[in-house]
Amino acid sequence: MAFRARHLLGIEHLSPEDIRTVLDLAERYVELSRRTIKHSDALAGMTQINMFFESSTRTQSSFELAGKRLGADVMNMSVAQSSVKKGETLIDTALTLNAMHPDLLVVRHPASGAVNLLAEKVNCAVLNAGDGRHEHPTQALLDALTIRRAKGRIQRLTVAICGDIAHSRVARSNLILLGKMENRIRLIGPPTLMPAGVAEFGCEVYDDMAKGLEGADVVIMLRLQKERMDGGFIPSEREYYYRYGLDAEKLANAKPDAIVMHPGPMNRGVEIDGELADDINRSVIQDQVEMGVAVRMACMDLLAQNLRADRGRKATGVMV
Amino acid sequence: MKSLHFTNARLIDPEALTDSLGSLTATAGQISAMNGPAPDGAQQINCAGKCLAPGIVDWGVKVGEPGERHRESFRSAGMAAAAGGVTTLIARPDTMPAIDTPELLEFVTRRAAEAAPVRILHMAALTKGRAGLEMTEIGFLRDVGAVAFSDADHVVQDTRVLARAFSYARSLGALVVGHPQDQGLSRGTSATSGKFASLRGLPAAPALAERIGLDRDLGLVELTGVRYHADQITTERALPALVRAKANGLDVTAGVSIHHLTLNEFDVGDYRTFFKLTPPLRSEADRLAVVAAVGEGLIDVICSMHTPQDEESKRLPFEDAAAGAVALETFLPAAMRLFHAGALSLPMLFRAMSLNPARRLGLPQGRLAAGAPADLVLFDPAVPYLLDRAALHSKSKNTPFDGQRMEGRVIATFVAGKQVFGGAQ
Repeated sequence: MAFRARHLLGIEHLSPEDIRTVLDLAERYVELSRRTIKHSDALAGMTQINMFFESSTRTQSSFELAGKRLGADVMNMSVAQSSVKKGETLIDTALTLNAMHPDLLVVRHPASGAVNLLAEKVNCAVLNAGDGRHEHPTQALLDALTIRRAKGRIQRLTVAICGDIAHSRVARSNLILLGKMENRIRLIGPPTLMPAGVAEFGCEVYDDMAKGLEGADVVIMLRLQKERMDGGFIPSEREYYYRYGLDAEKLANAKPDAIVMHPGPMNRGVEIDGELADDINRSVIQDQVEMGVAVRMACMDLLAQNLRADRGRKATGVMV
Repeated sequence: MKSLHFTNARLIDPEALTDSLGSLTATAGQISAMNGPAPDGAQQINCAGKCLAPGIVDWGVKVGEPGERHRESFRSAGMAAAAGGVTTLIARPDTMPAIDTPELLEFVTRRAAEAAPVRILHMAALTKGRAGLEMTEIGFLRDVGAVAFSDADHVVQDTRVLARAFSYARSLGALVVGHPQDQGLSRGTSATSGKFASLRGLPAAPALAERIGLDRDLGLVELTGVRYHADQITTERALPALVRAKANGLDVTAGVSIHHLTLNEFDVGDYRTFFKLTPPLRSEADRLAVVAAVGEGLIDVICSMHTPQDEESKRLPFEDAAAGAVALETFLPAAMRLFHAGALSLPMLFRAMSLNPARRLGLPQGRLAAGAPADLVLFDPAVPYLLDRAALHSKSKNTPFDGQRMEGRVIATFVAGKQVFGGAQ
């Protein structure tokens, strides 16, 4: 079986085989989650700590639910109550937590690379729930699962990612994953919201939304990250909506069966038309939320299996 | 003091750009003869074919006195310098508080002279508190020994303030050192814009921020006629501006740190904070262009930009971590990478590490000729080893070369004919 990783820090370190393994297992957890008794013992007896240095409702509750459905003891550590506010460094926090013997640590942090740093210092499995502008691997995996279920495959699709690419970790993880799975990727947005060096990414880059959407199978809209803006990336929200907001008219350029995705939370009327977001024939935004729990269950299950195997090897002294 | 007679030495002469076997005699702190006979009673030193070069004049070293002695003291910096073949160390004024009054400058001058085995000279701040608002007492500071004026990595943003400081410095013949960087573009960033920084999600400034900053400074040099040195030119696209300024006869020189000549942005890898520098590491194309510019003499000076940082300030997420690296001891071994790669000859390297900085600062050092101070480094350019940061003399151990294969090591260092590092002192 693929997926031998100790941590899930980014899509960058996963192979296409790893990705398929996660998605296949997640399918089983989708089924489980639709039953009345939504319970497995995969993480029974294990401790999962959710550590969110950046506020989050959706991702944190998704991870919490995933852990609970797998039978883990889940603890949420909110930064507002933690000693981080009292000046403790990230590494000290990590060492303190490590002494409590968690098995899975789910971390979100506003600085790129902070989760990598933390993973070097602890003995448990670390899941990156988003670090700065770097990666958000479970989001890319849940998007992949959503696409695979809607389109029947996750290869040879034309996927348009639209909006604030520069500040988006979702965009980075998605374009790495979709690239590894051999899809055609288009990035659409104003040049001020495109990352530097985008020409070397191997994607097609458009600042004209209508052209960029032509023939697309999948349209991924990104949230306009207002809280990340140093100021002045776009002239106004209304001009942004006029040029880059997704509505039925612009979507008409894509394939007739193109699906619309959004990682949430949405700014209706800024990057996406409210009615379109609710159109069950086009929008799979609610599916993404459902797939999110299943994918996170799969990731934690796989990491827990690796953790058990690793500890087993250490206990028996077998060298690998 | 006994005379020293170095025999069988590979003499690296950065003035004549020669690299030849011969002997050197040092008497009373000065080089008294090249390839002459051994004076009576002289101490004979058989160099066994190893290299003897003028000691390094390292322009822009951060020492933590006053304010940050836990990071580096004059004693530890001096020991590290001696171990690295640096015989003259030009200290930066970015201390806490900044060296911006003659009283403070006199204090650090005295401290340095007491504590360090190598020569230490000082730059003073160009503006009070390096705040970029009012010029310092450039005249008084010069009188008590400031060799140049610099706000280090604080860029004076108000062009009018800078123009006045340049103009005043010009009237005194003082040398000013700029840090060419456009603050609007580079504020709050920790990497160079490009694919690598974008994939790592690091806030980044375009490489052109350097040229924009340089162009502004050069415009003011043209306006005022001040003697100007750019501390670090690290990008390909800044080079034409430098060519133009020199061709137009402006009194301008430029430096580059050894790290920007030997490392590139990819070395940051998975957020390794020991590779976080000011300015940030550049692309490989930039690195190659800047190495070539040193070879052509367009960039005059290679410096270490020695910046000690304690463990706590580096054990942070990349964006939050402090910038800078220690380099006094790794300067020469790292420079040997350029020699072994065939990029620069040994005389070219010592032209940029010893001769040019000494000349620009009006010092007699940097030459291998009779009458020059006997500040010398004896080194083996080919000895291989793994660098262990714990073995460095600096109080701070933040070197990007930790655990790396190095080639080249200092055997002995002499200041004014007195051995300050190496066996059998």
